[in-house]
Amino acid sequence: MLLLQDISRTFPNGTTALQGVDLRVEKGDFLVLLGPSGCGKSTLLRLIAGLDRPQHGRLAWDAAPPGPGDVGYVFQDPTLMPWASAADNAALPFRLRGQDPSPAQAMLARVGLAGFERVRPAKLSGGMRMRVSIARALAPRPSLLLMDEPFAALDEFTRHRLQEDLASLAAETGCTTIFVTHSIYEAAFLAARVAIMSPRPGRIAATFSLGEPVRDRLDPAYAARVATLTQSFSALRAA
Amino acid sequence: MNRLAPVISFAAALTVWQIAVTVLHVPSYLVPGPLAIVGALLADPGGLLHALLATLSVTAAALAAACVAGVALACAMAANPWARALIKPWAVILQVTPVVAVAPLIVVWVGNPFAAMTLCATIVAFFPVFANTTAGLEATPPDLLDLFRLSGATRAQEIWLLRLPAALPYFLAGLRVSGGLALVGAVVAEFVTGAGGIASGLAFRILEAGYRLQVPRMFACLALLSAAGLALNAALGALSNAVLARRS
Repeated sequence: MLLLQDISRTFPNGTTALQGVDLRVEKGDFLVLLGPSGCGKSTLLRLIAGLDRPQHGRLAWDAAPPGPGDVGYVFQDPTLMPWASAADNAALPFRLRGQDPSPAQAMLARVGLAGFERVRPAKLSGGMRMRVSIARALAPRPSLLLMDEPFAALDEFTRHRLQEDLASLAAETGCTTIFVTHSIYEAAFLAARVAIMSPRPGRIAATFSLGEPVRDRLDPAYAARVATLTQSFSALRAA
Repeated sequence: MNRLAPVISFAAALTVWQIAVTVLHVPSYLVPGPLAIVGALLADPGGLLHALLATLSVTAAALAAACVAGVALACAMAANPWARALIKPWAVILQVTPVVAVAPLIVVWVGNPFAAMTLCATIVAFFPVFANTTAGLEATPPDLLDLFRLSGATRAQEIWLLRLPAALPYFLAGLRVSGGLALVGAVVAEFVTGAGGIASGLAFRILEAGYRLQVPRMFACLALLSAAGLALNAALGALSNAVLARRS
């Protein structure tokens, strides 16, 4: 679907966030970008979304580059409009393009927020706000879903629930997903493929295919995934 | 108790004031006591209330004009960097120029006294609404702006659906400051036009009473102005609270 070749990005203050990033994203992939804080994961995501441009290298799309509405984006913060209800927040992409917002309503129910449509973000819990944010990103059926540490600020229980729900939503919609995280456990649970990034300046240090997804944290296969990822991190640090 | 405290302190101050004036035999043309002021107020309630209404209508017109101009120019600045470079210095010049100095010119240039006074008061009231709205439009969360861009939002949608609602609390805070300033601006304008012989609101009545050494009447006008200012501030505060309460 997307090929990144030798991507570099240096900010005006001289910080080189990315240097020589090569990455291939297949259609229907669930790719997790895993790396320590400040390794340029978010910068890479913004480049893919078209919110920023690389100084060097190129992004090659198999088909036409995605237009408005083809990319869903979920930030670490739910990024909701505090003055608008859950329904109005989820319906935002439709409203901006003058389209019928009923898919947003359906997606809100799908993420478990039926009955909360008229509630403002301030009255929702952190997990519910993130659900609204996910519904807003997925409702327009984007071809690419970009998620930037969306569950990092949530408590462990809420995080597990949302990871499980996201895994089944991604499987249902078949949406290509690039998910940024610094949690090995999160990567081990969600990913079909993991790209490990090195500390700044960020580049892709290694990529893994993890095979069939695991949907049970007590499954030994999940522990094996965690072990694989932990090992490769140690190996990278030693190198 | 917190609500009662200002009432009690105000009543105490008035009482002390009245006793001091009575005991020390201060003539009312120097410092009138509260009773003399009330007496002056009751001597010509119709005239003074009419003057108050004149002042308040200038204040209201100026506040409305300041809001329209302030928000419109702030939006223009948010929409276009060229407009921003063009408008900003003029806005600052307008803010730092003392209105007392330009008011006589405005009175000469603008023939209609009401329009002239409204223009003076608008110049005074304009800046807080303008500066606060500008700050609010700029303080829009960058992630939400990115989201609008990703969804293909137009510049107009970005301002109308995102930046303006995000700036509303800033605007309301500016409105409260501008409300008080509009009243100050109206009074200053009345002093200038009043000195030019155009009879109008409370400030003119203060001038007039001063020429006639009717000091209690001057104080009565002052008391009415203060009361009007307090009421305006409270009303704008209540409006702001009501609007913001609806959003959460």
